[in-house]
Amino acid sequence: MKIIDASNMYYRDLNTMIDIETLNEKNITVKNVCGQRYIGRGLSSGVKIKVFGIAGNDMASYMNGAELEIFGNAQDALGNTMNSGKIVVHGNAGDTLGYAMRGGQIYVEGNVGYRVGIHMKEYKEMKPIIVVGGKAGDFLGEYMAGGAILVLGLNLDENEDIIGKFCATGMHGGVIYLRGKQDLYKFGKEAVKVELEDSDTSFLKKHIDVYAKGFDKDLTHIDVNSFSKYLAINKNPYSNMYCLY
Amino acid sequence: MNLNFNFPDFEVIRDEKKCNKCKLCVLECSNKVHSYDDKKNVLNVDNLKCVNCHRCVVICPLKALIIKKYPLEFKKSANWTPLAIKEIYKQSQTGGVLLSSMTNSNNFPIYWDKMLLNASQVTNPSIDPLREPMETKVMIGRKPKKLEFNSKGKLVTEIPPQVELNIPIMFSAMSYGAISKNTHEALARASSELGICYNTGEGGLNRDLYKYGKNTIVQVASGRFGVHKGYLNAGVAIEIKIGQGAKPGIGGHLPGKKVGEDVSSTRMIPVGSDAISPAPHHDIYSIEDLRQLIFSLKEVTDYKKPVFVKIAAVHNVPAIASGIVRAGADAIVVDGFRGGTGAAPTRVRDNVGIPIEFALATIDQRLREEGLRNQASLLVSGTIRNSADIVKAIALGADAVCIGSAALVALGCHMCQSCTTGKCNWGIATQEPELVKRLNPDIMYKRLVNLILAWNYEIQEMLGGMGINAIDSLRGNRLMLRGIDLNEKELEILGINYVGQ
Repeated sequence: MKIIDASNMYYRDLNTMIDIETLNEKNITVKNVCGQRYIGRGLSSGVKIKVFGIAGNDMASYMNGAELEIFGNAQDALGNTMNSGKIVVHGNAGDTLGYAMRGGQIYVEGNVGYRVGIHMKEYKEMKPIIVVGGKAGDFLGEYMAGGAILVLGLNLDENEDIIGKFCATGMHGGVIYLRGKQDLYKFGKEAVKVELEDSDTSFLKKHIDVYAKGFDKDLTHIDVNSFSKYLAINKNPYSNMYCLY
Repeated sequence: MNLNFNFPDFEVIRDEKKCNKCKLCVLECSNKVHSYDDKKNVLNVDNLKCVNCHRCVVICPLKALIIKKYPLEFKKSANWTPLAIKEIYKQSQTGGVLLSSMTNSNNFPIYWDKMLLNASQVTNPSIDPLREPMETKVMIGRKPKKLEFNSKGKLVTEIPPQVELNIPIMFSAMSYGAISKNTHEALARASSELGICYNTGEGGLNRDLYKYGKNTIVQVASGRFGVHKGYLNAGVAIEIKIGQGAKPGIGGHLPGKKVGEDVSSTRMIPVGSDAISPAPHHDIYSIEDLRQLIFSLKEVTDYKKPVFVKIAAVHNVPAIASGIVRAGADAIVVDGFRGGTGAAPTRVRDNVGIPIEFALATIDQRLREEGLRNQASLLVSGTIRNSADIVKAIALGADAVCIGSAALVALGCHMCQSCTTGKCNWGIATQEPELVKRLNPDIMYKRLVNLILAWNYEIQEMLGGMGINAIDSLRGNRLMLRGIDLNEKELEILGINYVGQ
């Protein structure tokens, strides 16, 4: 286990240091992170990094299989265009989390910002998953083209909603699971609510279990049948919009 | 009765005396214009389906076919032209957004044709490129403010990464999906032979084309299709696509029917799924955000690749360009409103954006005034039709140009502007295997090589005529340009004098 102290380090120097250290040591702890960007960008599988502090923007962008655990909050665009790997955030995360991510898993203990999972996609066996413990902001799953988003809505006040407005706008693939029932007006016209199937409940159980273990919580009280499931109405939403010249 | 008011644009005329009914036209036309009635032993045509791509005309062994404008007249009106009427027929029939391909078809002025080049006479004699060295190589990328040398005369200034182009021409970004794999391969092979670059467009890079990496620019657009670490490191530079001249402010949309197995694996999306690129990058809402994306790309490529930012030429383009340079881009690519496209809403294609000549002149001026010009190269496109356009662009301040439509014309495009149908009879803008194989990259790439080498020679001749022996000495040298048929405001913005001045 290698420990890097990120205090007062420029992001470029920090990321170079992580690159150098990962040549020999696959388990790295980075302490005193204070907003440095791009930590874990493009990192390949086999590498495990623990980050203490506030993870900066674009963390894990283009990540390629590494595992990151963040003890603190993450800023915007965590997992941007991520290929594969796993990210666990012991805290909240900002906007555009998982933008265009194509594979891997992101678990966020608390809440997430706007446009989370925007343009997530999937390809063959690569199916990205985002699990949010708390609530999500507006435009969750916008332009979603694949993968799964799961929002648990834990520890919300009575007046707090699990999602914001315009959820799944432009959705043309993938699946969104939200705990409880939601108002229809919060969704884009491209999404449709469907009934849960057996494969959904086992999927939900599996990832709730990973969440509970990862954040050391007892979630046995959660009824997987209380989730609502949303799919794209079709994968070619705009095919009838045009007339050829 | 719900009549279809649509009428043909073209009429296919068969010279029955020449035609021997070989039926090649029936076989070759993907639009199914030609058909054979074996009972009557006659060949029929359906004029409504003809897009005027000239495939049948060119392929007919006996040259028995010609295509003419359909001779249907409306009562004379400069306001309600047949086209304006037809557009309403189509939209009232379908309720659809009019979708077009290729270039702005309205009659806007082409300013390249309103600028004339200089030549030397008596003093500062002209140079003959046949017998004297003539440099057309350019380096694209950020240039240091000054160069420093040590006591032994060795350069100590660190030079940022550059893309070396033997000729100041690149092939514009055209995605795999919009154009065929064979077309991409022809562009890649030609680039490799010429020592220039082609651009993947936003559709990822087919695994068979990674070998042309030294001549490849990889593009990152809002959909991030096929974008991963290996892809970003595969080329010599990365281009962030913000906008396109043919459709400023509009995203991209590759319909699911064009996403077959191979496009699917290159874009890394399921077969048959629409590939939607949102209009904005949703991680870019400001110049600061753009900087964040530029540096995320630099981080993941170890600061070894220049990052270009491509924008459409729009009203405030000098200020936007200034912001892009300040955000850390190593080159700006500006695409004018006559630039091509595989598909764009007709109204956007024909009405949004500004001419590249003005965008170029104002950006170059602005960057000079702000002391930023050395920090980024300036590439222009949309439309460059010939070598004179290139010389004029460089004299106005460009480092190099990008050509898309001209390259496709070299590969057989007949400008029927029907790319969006996916039925390109020339094997260019199609994913149908039977059509794709009509374009043999082994043969066709040579046409691109021929074109660029011919243009390069013409550039050298024009340079030599001006008494200049290196393209770098022409850059921003607006004294080599004079305007004709331009008003004072146009001359002022272009920064050139009138002929005779």
